[in-house]
Amino acid sequence: MTDQTSAPRSFQEIILRLQTYWASKGCAVLQPYDMEVGAGTFHPATTLRALGSKPWAAAYVQPSRRPTDGRYGENPNRLQHYYQYQVLIKPSPPDLQELYLGSLEAIGIDMDLHDIRFVEDDWESPTLGAWGLGWEVWCDGMEVSQFTYFQQVGGHDCAPVSGELTYGLERLAMYVLGIDHVMDMPFNDPQSPSPLTYGDIFKQTEEEYARWNFDVANTEVLLRHFEEAEAECAAILAQEHDDPKTGKRIVMAHPAYDQCIKASHIFNLLDARGVISVTERQAYIGRVRALAKQCADAFVQTGAGGYQAAAQ
Amino acid sequence: MPDLLIELFSEEIPARMQTRAGEDLKKRITDGLVEGGLTYAGAAALTTPRRLTLAVEGLLAESPTIREERKGPKVGAPDKAVEGFLRGAGITRDQLEERDTPKGAVYFATIEKPGRPAAEIVAEVLEATIRNFPWPKSMRWGGGALRWVRPLHSILCILSDETGTQVVPLEVEGIASGDSTEGHRFMAPGRFSVASFEDYAAKLKRAFVVLSPAERAEHIWNDAQNLAFAAGLDVVEDKGLLAEVAGLVEWPVVLMGEIDAEFLDLPPEVLQTSMKEHQKFFSVRNPKTGRIERFITVANRETADNGATILAGNQKVLSARLADAKFFWENDLRVATSDMSQWTDALENVTFHNKLGSQGDRIRRIAALARELAPVTGADADQAEKAAKLAKADLNSEMVYEFPELQGLMGRYYIEAAGEDVAVAAVAQEHYSPLGPSDEVPTASLSVAVALADKLDTLTGFWAIDEKPTGSKDPFALRRAALGVIRLVLENGLRLRLDRFFDSQLVRAESAIHDALPSENVEDLLQEIARHGVFGAAFRAVREKTGDLQAAEFLSLEERVPDVSDDLLSFFHDRLKVFLRDEGIRHDIIDACIAMEGNDDLNLLVKRARALNAVIATGDGENLVQGFKRANNILTQAEEKDGVEYSFGADAKFAETESEKTLFAALDAAQDRIAPALEAEDFPAAMSAMAGLRAPIDAFFEEVQVNTDNDIVRRNRLNLLSQIRTVCSSVADLTRIEG
Repeated sequence: MTDQTSAPRSFQEIILRLQTYWASKGCAVLQPYDMEVGAGTFHPATTLRALGSKPWAAAYVQPSRRPTDGRYGENPNRLQHYYQYQVLIKPSPPDLQELYLGSLEAIGIDMDLHDIRFVEDDWESPTLGAWGLGWEVWCDGMEVSQFTYFQQVGGHDCAPVSGELTYGLERLAMYVLGIDHVMDMPFNDPQSPSPLTYGDIFKQTEEEYARWNFDVANTEVLLRHFEEAEAECAAILAQEHDDPKTGKRIVMAHPAYDQCIKASHIFNLLDARGVISVTERQAYIGRVRALAKQCADAFVQTGAGGYQAAAQ
Repeated sequence: MPDLLIELFSEEIPARMQTRAGEDLKKRITDGLVEGGLTYAGAAALTTPRRLTLAVEGLLAESPTIREERKGPKVGAPDKAVEGFLRGAGITRDQLEERDTPKGAVYFATIEKPGRPAAEIVAEVLEATIRNFPWPKSMRWGGGALRWVRPLHSILCILSDETGTQVVPLEVEGIASGDSTEGHRFMAPGRFSVASFEDYAAKLKRAFVVLSPAERAEHIWNDAQNLAFAAGLDVVEDKGLLAEVAGLVEWPVVLMGEIDAEFLDLPPEVLQTSMKEHQKFFSVRNPKTGRIERFITVANRETADNGATILAGNQKVLSARLADAKFFWENDLRVATSDMSQWTDALENVTFHNKLGSQGDRIRRIAALARELAPVTGADADQAEKAAKLAKADLNSEMVYEFPELQGLMGRYYIEAAGEDVAVAAVAQEHYSPLGPSDEVPTASLSVAVALADKLDTLTGFWAIDEKPTGSKDPFALRRAALGVIRLVLENGLRLRLDRFFDSQLVRAESAIHDALPSENVEDLLQEIARHGVFGAAFRAVREKTGDLQAAEFLSLEERVPDVSDDLLSFFHDRLKVFLRDEGIRHDIIDACIAMEGNDDLNLLVKRARALNAVIATGDGENLVQGFKRANNILTQAEEKDGVEYSFGADAKFAETESEKTLFAALDAAQDRIAPALEAEDFPAAMSAMAGLRAPIDAFFEEVQVNTDNDIVRRNRLNLLSQIRTVCSSVADLTRIEG
């Protein structure tokens, strides 16, 4: 099935080929984070692991939600729930561009026939307090990936610098498979006994979520959840570093960061419900960013974040 | 003499930064070389998306030895002084030389700075340049600390002459210099060595890299034109896009594709903007229909299928983009043709400025002012109000949300689609103009009225909240707005007193700022300003009508509005000076005219200034000013001394000398010509009549002593001087002329 020289036949084959490819390049193939996020960057395997000095290499699919992009499954390119493929390698290897181009070949893009371009596009996430320089990668005029050298995350300088690759899987797959409407894309092998299209799996959920996101989600409850997540994040981070029960140093960066993720997604939902004014918007983004910064501050106090106790 | 070749090879450099980076590289390296004593014959910087290249020709092989002689302490001076001198000069005592001078024997030191080989100096200069390169934005990568625009991969640095090629050894953060580079990323991967610039450029070309950005741009433009021409079409010229595209490719391959028929009815500007902004495509126009029918894209490689796959991919992406644009266009047209108030209502919720209210508030103010200005520009007041109310409706359209640069233009399409008068629709596009000094000024009476109202509202609004430009800071582009008003007024020959419109719009702004201002008083006041044309009388009229019972906020307008209005007028005068400076009119000439009545009528003011400027440029004019100043000085001194004003009744019968009599006659004659000329605002005629006084005035001062003992004669002469002053001050205040 993963005959790398032939053209892939389905959405899932493209994902599998990427997994195989990046595994062969030494990445730990992780699973999606089990929370609602707006992009693969929010996975702690990227946000938090980009911090500190320890080497890291991970690749994973991340289901992502952008409530405002919902179009009831009718728009050929827009979805409120979609997949990103994310690669993060720290420190960024000198041949990261070549590695990336290899991944395009792995999914059946023939470098001799296509025009691949690296076009300036600096990346910034105001909610994560993160930015980097890089490109959007064009294949025949279409943006197929985002390629970023992280410079700062959560207000901390990245040293060493991580290289981040993000593939918008549906768009990339539609291009490789020659599909015009996302719902028509074969999800599994179209020759299999029960062929399923993307629409068979997601048309109905796109409708359901679009309705809920835009018209039904209880904004009072959401506003309360936002406040609660914010308060819980602060409460977690306010704990002593040393656990009074075990006596061990346990800085709870990840549980706190979960609350930051939660707040961020709730903000996106509130935005889709249209209850956030232009001026309030900035204030909400600032509040999420403040959480992300505190979580980053906490993470660098952990072992995974490179912390070493002075006595050891 | 060797040639130097430097290439800094990196991952893709943003197109917009390449040209500047090439210039910076050239400047920093050549400055450093010269500073190090290495002169050179010529230098050229070249850039591609992956490399900054500098070729320096005819470099000195080594820097010259420099001898410097330094005078030290006297022979026999304390040891400490001598040692200090030795330290400073970096020599030992036995190298000192004693010389006899008129002041006795003195130590001299000869310091010799030996020449250094070029390679050493180049290595130092290049390393410093790399470490301190002025990128607009730079980054770190991997585990290193070096900053570059994107990861830097290799440094090529060689010196070559007829005897051979030498690598200039240096290392920056683990990147060692060498003599090799890479070709095209896809068409000729792999490294190769080069021996000289010629060798480098030739080998790069064989490796599918065109080194010169100008050559790439020319190639793109020629091929694009040829492709279009062969199809009977024209490429829409876009120099900015051409430069950008030339910075995205090393091996440009130009391809022309078709735009799907279902999109051809979109407005050409929409097609053009969408293709340029999103895809960096050139537009190709059918000269017969004026429609954009095809596109040109520039690929970075040749392919076995001659670009067929690349073109098909680009076409598909474009269709998806244009499907979006078409979606916006159709949705917008639906709103425009059913009920545009959906957009205008929504502008009520868009903040313009937190002190000055919403866009909706602002549009109402502009519409009210446009009504008042309509008679001045020759437009219909109702139409001006309507046009002003619709002019910014498109800010809420989907198309303008997606492409802000299409604001105004889309409004024009939508308002026309809504069945409005084409002149009303045109206002949407034209009322923003002129945007810059080279932008055209609208001439249609409706557009001019709304364009003026829009800018005057911005200016009075920000003046009312004291957000004026300071130094280089002008965040609300108020200087541009004022220049826009100046050009609208002058180029359309509009006669209006700005002051009155400042006042009424300031009152409207005040009413937006202060909720406590009673709206009926504001309305009364606006009506009175329209009636009286001046603020003071209007304010008194409202006060008389309603007694002294108004809110304190309202009473405070009495001083504030005229103060702010005066300040705004002097800002206009400053901008006018800058504007007229380009015509070669000196600021003091303008000051002399500003001192006259009616200085808020810009056309009147400029007419005066031009006439005065023309006369001053002649010898007569310059001397007239001198004569006038002399008369004025004598007169002012006498008036101060005597405590009276000599302004009446000079009589020719007391004239004693011939020149005095001549001056009397000349003044009478001049006055007969000047009065009707002023009436007709024919300032050149008035000035030329004045200039004719130069000879009689000169002759008078030559022959006549004004301050004589005969009191009657003296008074008569002073009154005569006063007549000179009056006549000469009728066009401008000549006391303000410098020199």
